[in-house]
Amino acid sequence: MSETSELLRVDTLELGIAHLPEARIVRKASFEIQPGEFVGLVGESGSGKTMLGRSIIGLQPSAIVPRGGSITFRGKDLSAMSAKDLRHLRGAEIGMVFQEPMTSLNPSMTIGQQLEEPLQVHTKLSATERRGEILEIMERVGIPSPEDRLKDYPHEFSGGMRQRIMLASAMLLKPALLIADEPTTALDALVQREVLELMVELSRENGTALLLISHDLPMVARYCERIMVMCQGEIVEAGPAQTILACPQNAYTRKLLAAMPKRGPVRSFEGAETPIVEVRDLSVDYVSRSGLLARTSRKRALNRVSLSVRRGEVVALVGASGSGKTTLGRAIAHLIPTSEGEILFRGQPVSKRNSEWMDYRLNCQMIFQDPFSSLDPRFTIRRILSEALYHEKAQEVSVREDRIRQAILEVGLEEMHLDRLPHEMSGGQRQRVAIARSIISEPDFVIADEAVSALDVTVQAQVLELLADLQKKHGFSCLFISHDLGVVEQLADRVVVMRDGEIVEQGLRDTVFDVPKSDYTRALLSAIPTLRRTQTGVELSWRFDAPNVAEVTR
Amino acid sequence: MSIGKTNKYLGGLLVAFFLLAAFFGWVYTPFDPLAINLRAKLEAPGSGHLLGTDEYGRDVISRLLTAARTSVSISLLTVSFAVIFGTLLGSVSGYARGWVDRLVMLFTDTLLAFPSILLALALLSILGANMYGVVLALGLAYMPTVTRVVRGAVMSLREQQFIEASRLMGHPVHYTLWAHVVPNCLAPVIVIATSMFGSVLLTESALSFLGLGVPPPAPTWGNMLAGARPYMAQAPWLGIFPGLCIALTLLGINLFGDYVRDRFDPRMRGL
Amino acid sequence: MIKFVLSRLLSAVPTLFLVSVAVFTLIRLIPGDPVALMLGDNVDPQVYAAMSHQLGLDRPIPVQFVLWLKSLLSGDLGRSITSDQEVLPLVLHRFAISAQLVLVAVTIATVFAVPLGMLAAWRQNSAFDLGVVVGGTILMSIPTFWMGLMMLLFFGLQLGWLPVLGYVSLGENFWDGAVYLLMPVATLVLHETGILVRMARASTLDVLRLDYVTHARAKGLSEGQVLRRHVARNAFGPTWTLLGLILGNLLGGVAVVETVFTIPGLGRLIVESIFGRDYPVLQGCLLFVAITYVVVNLIVDLCYPIFDPRVKSA
Repeated sequence: MSETSELLRVDTLELGIAHLPEARIVRKASFEIQPGEFVGLVGESGSGKTMLGRSIIGLQPSAIVPRGGSITFRGKDLSAMSAKDLRHLRGAEIGMVFQEPMTSLNPSMTIGQQLEEPLQVHTKLSATERRGEILEIMERVGIPSPEDRLKDYPHEFSGGMRQRIMLASAMLLKPALLIADEPTTALDALVQREVLELMVELSRENGTALLLISHDLPMVARYCERIMVMCQGEIVEAGPAQTILACPQNAYTRKLLAAMPKRGPVRSFEGAETPIVEVRDLSVDYVSRSGLLARTSRKRALNRVSLSVRRGEVVALVGASGSGKTTLGRAIAHLIPTSEGEILFRGQPVSKRNSEWMDYRLNCQMIFQDPFSSLDPRFTIRRILSEALYHEKAQEVSVREDRIRQAILEVGLEEMHLDRLPHEMSGGQRQRVAIARSIISEPDFVIADEAVSALDVTVQAQVLELLADLQKKHGFSCLFISHDLGVVEQLADRVVVMRDGEIVEQGLRDTVFDVPKSDYTRALLSAIPTLRRTQTGVELSWRFDAPNVAEVTR
Repeated sequence: MSIGKTNKYLGGLLVAFFLLAAFFGWVYTPFDPLAINLRAKLEAPGSGHLLGTDEYGRDVISRLLTAARTSVSISLLTVSFAVIFGTLLGSVSGYARGWVDRLVMLFTDTLLAFPSILLALALLSILGANMYGVVLALGLAYMPTVTRVVRGAVMSLREQQFIEASRLMGHPVHYTLWAHVVPNCLAPVIVIATSMFGSVLLTESALSFLGLGVPPPAPTWGNMLAGARPYMAQAPWLGIFPGLCIALTLLGINLFGDYVRDRFDPRMRGL
Repeated sequence: MIKFVLSRLLSAVPTLFLVSVAVFTLIRLIPGDPVALMLGDNVDPQVYAAMSHQLGLDRPIPVQFVLWLKSLLSGDLGRSITSDQEVLPLVLHRFAISAQLVLVAVTIATVFAVPLGMLAAWRQNSAFDLGVVVGGTILMSIPTFWMGLMMLLFFGLQLGWLPVLGYVSLGENFWDGAVYLLMPVATLVLHETGILVRMARASTLDVLRLDYVTHARAKGLSEGQVLRRHVARNAFGPTWTLLGLILGNLLGGVAVVETVFTIPGLGRLIVESIFGRDYPVLQGCLLFVAITYVVVNLIVDLCYPIFDPRVKSA
């Protein structure tokens, strides 16, 4: 490789915080990107990957300042460049795609206006020529009947569509480099792969180099030739994707790879006694009422759903967002009212007027997705745990204290954590506390609603393992709600697939994963890559071909 | 100096100064604020009377100190009234929802359809111009704002998962409300109460200025200003000092209010 | 769009009805007997009864309310007790004077404050920003009645540049009228600028943090273009809502400024009617201001989709 051929060179870049001369967000980052090359930048939250990506075109927040090193693009030093010259690069030579399609388009401007801007700023095309270009790129990124949609506002598009529009606006001028920061993380699992493949295709067509920033190592490895792994502000390992997957040198990289979910062992529950929880023909309607005179409107969120969970069994509830899986979980927990059907606990119907109500209430616990909002910010961990024993007042204080101590140790925390407040703990620690709270009263049934989705990859693996261990030890039944099939594959005994408030398919985990009956399940499964060890190294592959999402979700 | 520090220190200093003045006016004034002395009328500041005398020869600084006490007590009572009843209505309405909520909001929205100073004026004509009339009128005029804020806070709290977790643990409603909902509503209530203090003080002064507040001869900054109008040419100090007191107190409350808001609830900036 | 407008218009109907109920109740809660007040003390009981009957006061309260609402809808707000003028024309005449003052002042304040607040937010934590925030807070902390008095003292009495007392309507003689309006308008402008500049700054800060602003920069737009195209319109939304509230509040609050500058506006009329126990006028004023307030906020709501098209579909 000759010295001048590279497109981008980042040399010992240091990023710090204004007013804090010692602090470093990024330390001695050095890498280069060749024209047309696809490079992945992988790291967990707080690793500095986003700031590194943004600082390339000077779009980091004003509190973050360069503290040394250089960035050269096509041989020109970007840090020495005037603000005006830098602007000429942005959008024209270097494009950028952001994570949140919901907030990265201006809500008060039409799509047409927003797509037109790069052309107005960087070219001398006439209005008709600009329109032609816009329609062409909209067509290319797969927006149906683009002419009719030019005058639409961002809120009139779905998340996936918005991300396509973002992509269109970044690729409009065929930049030499595209920086994509978690471009599909906020999207529904079903459309993630589609959008990503579109991005890769477009980049390849135009000879655009790609810097793909993500927390998802397998996903990045699937598309990029080279990978850089970032941890706490430093690039700890860099090299060809194959090499890094096959023989990772750095301990952190190995940890990331080990965190990939693997299929758990098969357990059999055939011939077990009556199910612990059974749901028969359950329906939920959301009633919305606006204003004093407005009519009430009903929307069916769950339509005559039946399922059962046996003692000690882990049943996973999967589906894309809006499939009704969370609604079902919350209805079973009696957090929302149901409109028809019944819920049976140990064969007895449950209702609030029933004498067994309290028994069910205390035996059915829930772990929520967001450990920030599931713990009262004003309570110490000790108080949070002791609250869960509210109905066991008769117990002596010392017995109570023992149970609290035991519970905190059981979830891998220490006694000293009992006197902390939630905000003094990390996300993973908070989720451990939430788990401790839900099992301290030794319930028979636990609903875990996206319980590990908000966590970083490595933390997610640990919490998942903890959950599996506790389940084995205490033998509670579990309804595990998740959009992430990788996680489900590791934990579940049986899988229930939902779509639009109805059950599409259910069966033993291996059956559903290996020979799915419905196209919808196949589509969900096609979004997750698998890692296979072969004689020559490691191979990443998809389980199924990418489906036509529009067809499946119709 | 940064904006945050200006807010905290300058605002705190001004507020503390006027609270101290109010307390001072309660225990000691150099002269009797109501004593008429026609031989010493309209004396310029300096000569025996630090800030001069008014058209009846009453000592201005004594009257200012007494007025500070009146203004501070009216504002405190009004804000307490609005906060206590507003919080009560708002939390019940937000947690209960359904028809209770609709009824409370009907009442609140109707009150909110009147500009607050107009509502205070109308209520004053019913309640009569005296200190408790003013407190009640202003309290009722400002209560709907608190009700709305608290209701909003409670409704968003209801969606918080720790409230649902509390339900899952089988806690009775009164426990959930008391242990989780009320303490977590305190931040927005503190923020709104601080900024409301300023509005109440301003409206109270305006009412006094119009002759509809605490009736003379009891001094308030507002009625002192109104009394000064005919003498502006001969005795400008009569118009300068009471206004300066209102402006500086308000400045203090506004600056300190910004600090409190940034400290407790950064999301409410600018409201 | 039509659905949005209709639903907003419809939602104002119950509010207006409740407002009229509230005004009806308020006026009847005022201590004192209106008939005795109209006729004076020591009247013949027969005259008293006749008057009561004529005013419909001997009927049950709900009937009274319906009758009152009926005459209200036909534009009849009764006659003033003190001047015997018809209430509606009186209120409208005084309103025209106040509206002139308030609209001119708020327009000027907005034109100054909004760009200033946006620039301050754009240069957050600079000396300019600190100046704008502190200046705005000081301006909003000075009560209008004191600022007015100080202006009178300085420009009227000390310098003798501007007239201290009196009022000439703009329609009568534009230039003389403008001279009389100068100080009251300046007073209101300064105070409202203080409030608006802080609001404009705060909402601009909120918008500047959003991803689409970074996206706009990533497209290669200059800072000026980013501010004009992407920040200005979105940041103006909250200020626009505040403008509605300010306009409504000023309809009552302008009374103090009108008192200082002896302007015969609506605010003065309200205060005079309270002092003169002129209940038909007070009732008319309350009703008029409340309805105007509701209508102004309705217009503000209806225009909001210009700044944020999302509310239309909400």
